[in-house]
Amino acid sequence: MAKKILAVGAAVVAVAALITLYVADWATSFPKTVSAASAPANSQGANLTLETVASIGPKLSPSHPSWVSYLVRSNGRWVHSTDYTVPANSVVHVTIYQFDTPTGLRNPFLGQVQGTVGNLASYDGKPGNTVEPEEASHTFAIPELGVFVPLPGVPEESKHLCEEAPCEPSSSDHHTISFSFRTGRKGRFHWQCFVPCGAGWFFGNGGPMQTLGYMDGFIDVV
Amino acid sequence: MTEPNHARRFGLIWLVSTLIATPLVVVLLGPILPPGNGSEQASGQATDNTVLLAMATPVLLLVVIYLIYAVVYFRQPSGAVLEGPAVRGDARIQTTWIIVTSTLVLSLAVYGTVRLLADNGAGSGSGPTPLTVPKGPKLPVQVIGQQWAFTYRYPTYGGLEVPHLVLPVNQTVELHVTSLDVIHSFWARQLAVKADANPQVDNVAFVKPTHVQTFEVRCAELCGIWHGEMFDVGHVVSGPEFQRWIRRAQATYAPATKLLPPYSTTYQPKPTRRGG
Repeated sequence: MAKKILAVGAAVVAVAALITLYVADWATSFPKTVSAASAPANSQGANLTLETVASIGPKLSPSHPSWVSYLVRSNGRWVHSTDYTVPANSVVHVTIYQFDTPTGLRNPFLGQVQGTVGNLASYDGKPGNTVEPEEASHTFAIPELGVFVPLPGVPEESKHLCEEAPCEPSSSDHHTISFSFRTGRKGRFHWQCFVPCGAGWFFGNGGPMQTLGYMDGFIDVV
Repeated sequence: MTEPNHARRFGLIWLVSTLIATPLVVVLLGPILPPGNGSEQASGQATDNTVLLAMATPVLLLVVIYLIYAVVYFRQPSGAVLEGPAVRGDARIQTTWIIVTSTLVLSLAVYGTVRLLADNGAGSGSGPTPLTVPKGPKLPVQVIGQQWAFTYRYPTYGGLEVPHLVLPVNQTVELHVTSLDVIHSFWARQLAVKADANPQVDNVAFVKPTHVQTFEVRCAELCGIWHGEMFDVGHVVSGPEFQRWIRRAQATYAPATKLLPPYSTTYQPKPTRRGG
């Protein structure tokens, strides 16, 4: 009898330990942090190169291959991360290759470029300060820093749509959006997409919109 | 040994304690009770909290003093194993208890209702048709919740929408709170105004800031993974400064204003191609 109780007790402890480990792993798993590259000497600050893709694919996200996602360029490779480190009190130059089709903004107000240097962004080489809300595919927004940049979608009828990440600008239709924003004090700032681009989820704001590492993350100003 | 008159002695201790503690609570704690004096509504709520605390103090003392009194005088003597005397009903005590507690609760109900109506919702959302509306001119401002940020529209200034809330001092503001997606809650703590932001609902709340200040805005309804990041800083400025800010904002956000739908108390965002 004593052996039985001991065995059951040990089994319960083992199961509890496994559950605890699983929950702890889930609660503490963050995307890899990627540092922005130093900008060339003639343009101070740091460079951050990102891309947005319609589906991340099984290679980079076996658990959610069909989810929309951001990726970051690091050491010549596209990395699945949304946690970026940038220097404090400097200018961050961001380039985003946008490969996804339009979804549309729920709030048209966010169709205006805000909080960037000059309140402008470059869209395929042309300066602009708005994107037609219906044509927005995603946004790159850091609300606490007042940065909101809408990203226009690639037309759905495009011939060379990128099916899954990593997408290369040389082989797939895309828009290139670049802008700069200033950082101030050190801190951790949340950034996110404001377009409800989570396909098949309630209000489009579930799945990749509610999971760290896809359409939202953190800017660590250090 | 003659048993002392416990009821009289206890009553005296309680009465003296109450007469000393209640004014002290009102004078010392009242001024530092939240939410402060950032608006008429905040001052009203601070007054209400002081009144409630003053009413609760005698009750708290009753319980605590009785507990201490019982421990000191009614504890079981060491070594003795005795049954206590049988407890019988006492009509006088029961009647007094019912009358006192009923009076307290009914007084609070009346006080709460009067204050709620007199203060035009006391800083809370009152739905699309509030029971009472403050007299005089009001500045309408719309609060729009969305995952995960608030934006604000000023219908009397061309439907201007901005990412941060700015209000003029000593001006009654009529907040129209709504949401574009899920349930949020607009809470400007220092101004003591809080109203649910529900999709397809125009929730009206009134607030009148009483001095120039900076205040926090937070979402007070769990609205998704980034609920904790849904905060903002607002400003109460002087009347002339507010007019200057409006002009600057109209110029800054002119491109976005052209993209906006006409002002409405609620919005039904177009179905999205993916979200739905």
